[in-house]
Amino acid sequence: MTEVHLPPVTEPALEEIERRADEAGVDYEVQLESLNQWQLAWRKFRKHRLALVGLGILIVLIVAAILGPILSPFVFNQIPKPDKAVYAGRPPSLAHLFGETGGLQRDVLQLVVNGARTSLVIGFTSMGIGVLIGTIVGSVAGYLGGFVDNVLMRIVDVMLSLPLLFVILVASKFFGNGNVLLIIVIFGLLSWMGIARLVRSLFLSIREREFVEAAKAVGVRDRRIIFRHILPNAVSPIVVSASLIVAGNIITEAFVSFLGFGVNPIYPTWGNVLSNALTFIPVGNWWWPFFPGLAIIMTVLAVNFIGDGLRDALDPRSRA
Amino acid sequence: MTATAERHALGAPPPDDILLDVRNLRTVFHVMDGDVPAVDGVSFQLRPGRSIGIVGESGSGKSVTALTIMRLLDIPPAEVMPGSEIWFDGTELLRMPMDAMRKIRGNDIAMIFQEPLTSLNPVFTIGGQIAEQVELHLKVKKKEAWERAIESLKLVGIPSPERRAKQYPHEMSGGMRQRVMIAMALSCEPKLLIADEPTTALDVTIQAQILELLKTIQDRTDSALLLITHDLGVIAEMVEDVVVMYSGQVVETGTVDQVLLEPRAPYTMGLIESIPTVDKRGGRLSVIKGTVPSPFNLPPACRFEPRCPYAWDHCRKVVPDLFQTDHPNQLARCHLYTAAGVGRREQALEAHAQAMTVGRDLGGQR
Amino acid sequence: MTEALPPTGSVDATRPAPASSPDPTADPTRDPTPEGEAPNAVPAPEARRSASQDWAAGVAAATASDAQRRADNAAEIEPLLRVVGLKKHFPIIGGFLRRQIGTVFAVDGVDFEVQRGETFALVGESGCGKTTLGRSLLRLTEPTAGKVIFGGRDISALSQDELRPVRRRMQIIFQDPFGSLNPRMPVSDIIGEGLLAQGMKDRKKRDKKVEDSLEVVGLRRDYTRRYPHEFSGGQRQRIGIARALALDPEFVVCDEPVSALDVSIQSQVLNLLVDLRRDFNLTYLFISHNLSVIQYFSDRVAVMYLGKIAEVGTVEQLYENARHPYTVALLSAIPEADPRRKKKRLVLKGDVPSPAAPPTGCRFHTRCWLREKLGNPERCVTEEPQLRVLESGHQTACHFAEDVSDRTVSQVVQTQDVLATAVAAEGADVPA
Repeated sequence: MTEVHLPPVTEPALEEIERRADEAGVDYEVQLESLNQWQLAWRKFRKHRLALVGLGILIVLIVAAILGPILSPFVFNQIPKPDKAVYAGRPPSLAHLFGETGGLQRDVLQLVVNGARTSLVIGFTSMGIGVLIGTIVGSVAGYLGGFVDNVLMRIVDVMLSLPLLFVILVASKFFGNGNVLLIIVIFGLLSWMGIARLVRSLFLSIREREFVEAAKAVGVRDRRIIFRHILPNAVSPIVVSASLIVAGNIITEAFVSFLGFGVNPIYPTWGNVLSNALTFIPVGNWWWPFFPGLAIIMTVLAVNFIGDGLRDALDPRSRA
Repeated sequence: MTATAERHALGAPPPDDILLDVRNLRTVFHVMDGDVPAVDGVSFQLRPGRSIGIVGESGSGKSVTALTIMRLLDIPPAEVMPGSEIWFDGTELLRMPMDAMRKIRGNDIAMIFQEPLTSLNPVFTIGGQIAEQVELHLKVKKKEAWERAIESLKLVGIPSPERRAKQYPHEMSGGMRQRVMIAMALSCEPKLLIADEPTTALDVTIQAQILELLKTIQDRTDSALLLITHDLGVIAEMVEDVVVMYSGQVVETGTVDQVLLEPRAPYTMGLIESIPTVDKRGGRLSVIKGTVPSPFNLPPACRFEPRCPYAWDHCRKVVPDLFQTDHPNQLARCHLYTAAGVGRREQALEAHAQAMTVGRDLGGQR
Repeated sequence: MTEALPPTGSVDATRPAPASSPDPTADPTRDPTPEGEAPNAVPAPEARRSASQDWAAGVAAATASDAQRRADNAAEIEPLLRVVGLKKHFPIIGGFLRRQIGTVFAVDGVDFEVQRGETFALVGESGCGKTTLGRSLLRLTEPTAGKVIFGGRDISALSQDELRPVRRRMQIIFQDPFGSLNPRMPVSDIIGEGLLAQGMKDRKKRDKKVEDSLEVVGLRRDYTRRYPHEFSGGQRQRIGIARALALDPEFVVCDEPVSALDVSIQSQVLNLLVDLRRDFNLTYLFISHNLSVIQYFSDRVAVMYLGKIAEVGTVEQLYENARHPYTVALLSAIPEADPRRKKKRLVLKGDVPSPAAPPTGCRFHTRCWLREKLGNPERCVTEEPQLRVLESGHQTACHFAEDVSDRTVSQVVQTQDVLATAVAAEGADVPA
C-alpha cells in the first residue's frame, strides 16, 4: 500500500474536522448499544408470541427425548409379561400416564418419549443433510451460472422426479428394512432439491445487488464475496425453509413407518407406534394412537410457528 | 373515527370563496415503536381556481396531508385526531360517511400520484379505467363514458386516442402513463386536483412536457391545484402560494414570490441557500447541518432548533407558533418574529442574504 | 508521460509531495476546546488530535499546496483517463430456445479524456448509458469493445488479478445509500475489506485507516462497530464515500451520489465531495441527471443520448452556448427555483426511444426540434453525425449545429404546441 508520510496536525485542520462532523449532524443521542443483525433478529423473534410458544414446545420435546429414557422407570425394550385379561391395554392411569398398549402392554409414555428421540433425530439430521447439499449445489449453480448451472439444475429436475416411496422400497431391498441411518440418508438425499433451487435464485438476485458490486470495485475476491456477502444475506430464506423441511420429514417418517417401510419396529418412532396402534382402535384403545399422534402434531405446529417467527425476525425490512 | 370526531364541536364553515380549508389537521400513525405524529397541526386555505404548493422533504408529512384530505389512509394504523377539520366546498370531509366521500373522490377532488405504473390497474385498458370512473360519477351510459374517456385523452395530448384507449398501462412509457393519470383525474372535471410528486419519477424532458401540460390544463379548466413536491423549481413554476412543511408542521406560508425570494423561516432559508447554482461555483454550498429528527425523539420545543443557525435558548423552551413576519400574509414558525427575537432578526436576514451570494462557509480556500 | 503503475509499497510518484511545514496562519494560542457540551459537540480534541494526525495534516498540507497542485496537474501531458471507442451491448435473451433476439446498445461508441484534477460530468436521461459507462470504466461491467486507458496503461485487457492493484486507484461511489452497503456487515468490514483485498494484512493498520476514513467524511471514529441500518441516508452515503477513499484513489466515479438524498442533505454531501477533491487531489467522473448540480460542481460536461455523446465542452461553453438541439432542450427543461424567471421552455416531442432500437442516422432525429424547423432534412436520417469541434472550442455531434441560436430557439418556443408533444415516434412505445 502506498504510504504517505505527513507532518503533525495543525489548528485549521482540526476545525475542518469539527466542521465536517458538525455538518454531518453526528448524532450523540443514538442508541448506546449497537446490535448486530442476529441480536436484532432475536429481539424481533421474542415479540412473536406463537413462535415463542413453538420454541417452548420444541424445547420440552427435546428435553423429554434426552432425559425421558433415562428417567423413565420403564425400559422400552424390556417387554413385560402381558396380562391376558387386559388384551386391549389399560387406559391412562397414575402408573402409566399415557396408558398401556394393547397386546404387549407396554407403557405408551415411554414409547412416545423414546420415539421422540428417533423421530426428532430423523427430522433434524435429514434436514441438515438436505440443507448442506442444497446450499452447496445452489451456490455453485447461482454464482457460476452458464453450463455448470444448467447441468446442476437438470440434476435437480431428475431428482425431483424420483418418488420417495419407490426409492425407499428399492433401498430396502438392497440395504435391509428399517435402518435408521438409511432413512435419514434417503430423506436427506430427497429433500435438498428445493433448497438448491431457492439458494440458486437467491444467489442470482443478491449477486446483482449494489453492495456486491461495491465489494468487487474494491477488489474483493470471489470466495469472500460468496461467503461474506451473498450467503449471509441468503440465510433467512434458507433457515425458514429448513424449519419447514423438519416438519415435513417428521410427517413423512410417520407416513413411511405407517406403510411398513420405516424404522425397525424394535426402535419406536412415533410413526411405527401409530401404525401398530391402529389395529387396536376397534377394541376401544384410543390412547395408544392418540399420544404419538398428538406428539407429531405438536412438533409440526411448533416447528411451523418457529419458522414463521424466524421469517419475520430475519427479514431486514421488518422493524424490531 | 366518526365517533371521536363528533365529540369535538365543529367550527363554522368557511366563506363561499374558499374551496379547501384545512384546519389544525393532525394525523398520527400508531406503529410498533410508538406513535408518529406525521401531520401535526397543519392549516391552510385554497380558493377556487388557484394553486398552492406544499413543499417539504422526506418526513415532513406532505404526502400524508394529501392522503388525509382524500381519506385514503388505512384508519388503523393511522388516526385523524379530534380537532382536525377539512372543509371542501362547504362540507366537512372528515365526518362524512365513506360512500359520500367516494362520490366526491374522483369527481370533485381528483388525485394524481408519483408512480403511475403502480397507480393504474395493470389488468384493465386505460380507456376502460377512465370510462369506469366517468360512468360511476357522471352517471352516463357505457358508450358515452367511453367517448368522454377518449376526449380526456385528447385533452392531455395523447395522439390516436381511440387506439391508445385500448392499450394496457405496461405498454406505455412513464410520461405517457402520467398523462393517462392526468386524463383520468380530469375526466370528471374536478374542482380540486391534488398532484403528489407528479414528475419526480420522470426524466427531465418528460417532466417538462408534463408540467407544461398541467399548466395549460389548469388555465383551461379552472380547477384548483394542490401540488406536493420537494422540488423548489417545480414550485416556482407551477403555483401561486406555498406552504413549507418540516417534521409534520407548517413552518412557513406565503406567496411563491415571498417564500422563494424572501424566505423568513430559517428552514426555508436553509433550503434555498443550499440549492447549487452557477453563482456559487467555486465556493462551498450553504448547508443545513444535521438530519431530520426522528418522530420518536422530537426536540422539546422548536423542531428545527438543533439544526438552526439562528437558534438560542428560548427556542429550546417555548414552542413557536406561526407568526406574522414583516411581509403581509407571510407567516413563519419562528421566534425571530416575536418580541423575544427582535434583536436577532436583522442579523439572521443579513446572514441569509450573504449566504445566498457567496455560500455560508468559505472554509475551503479555492 | 507514460506512467507505469507503482509497485505496491512505494510512494506514488505522481502525487504532489506534501509541504513539510505546518500552516503558517495557524494560531497556536487559540483554545481548541469546542464550546460547551451541546449535543452536536465533538469530544475532547486532545484525544482526537493524536488519532487524526496523519490525514488531518494532509489536509493542511494539501491546502497550502493548492496552487502547487494545480500547477502539477496542468503539467501532466497524458490525461489520467482516456476512453476510446467504448461500447457496451447487452444481449436480449428470449424465446423458446433462449437465443439472442436483440441487443441493448447501452453504450455505443464513446470517446473522451479526463485530465488529472478535473471534474468531468456525464449528464443524460434514462437510457442514455451514463451509468453503464461509469461501470464499464471500472470493468464492473465488461466492455464489449473499445479501450480504457488509465494512467497511460490499457486496463481493458487486464485479467482480474492484474486489475486488482489498479482498482486501488480508481474507485466508485454509488447512488443508492441503502443498497450499496451490505446490511449484514459492520462498518469496519465494509470499509476495511477493500484494504484487506489490496494486501493490508495488518489488523491494526487497517482499523486505523478505517477510522481515519470515517473521520475524513465527517463521521465518528467509533462508528466502526455499527451496522448500516443504524444510519440515515446521508450518513450511509458518507460511509460509501469513506469506503472509496480508504484506498487512497486518484480517480473516483461518482454515480449520481446525491440523487437519492433529500435536498438539504445533498448540499452536505456535495460540500464533502468538494473538500475531498481539494484535500486529496481527486479526479472525478461525475454522473448525474441534475443539470444544476453539474453546473455548480464540474469543469467539463459531456451530454449523452442513447449511448453516444451528443456534446462535450466546459461548463461555460455548454450552459451559455449549447449547440446540440438535445442539450438546448435539456437546459430549457430545468425548472428554476426563481419565480421571476418563468421562461417559456422548449418541449421535446415524444419519449426517449428504446436503446434496443435506436433510430438510424442521428439518434436524436425523431425528437429534434431543429430538424423539424429546418424542414426535415434527409441527412439526419441517413448519416450519423460525428463529434466535431466548433469555433467556440467545444464539440458537438450535429450536422446543423451552426443553425442553433437563441433566436431559433425562441422562434420554436413561440410556435410549439405543448399539448401535441406526446407524439408516438416509431419505437416510442417500447416499455422502459
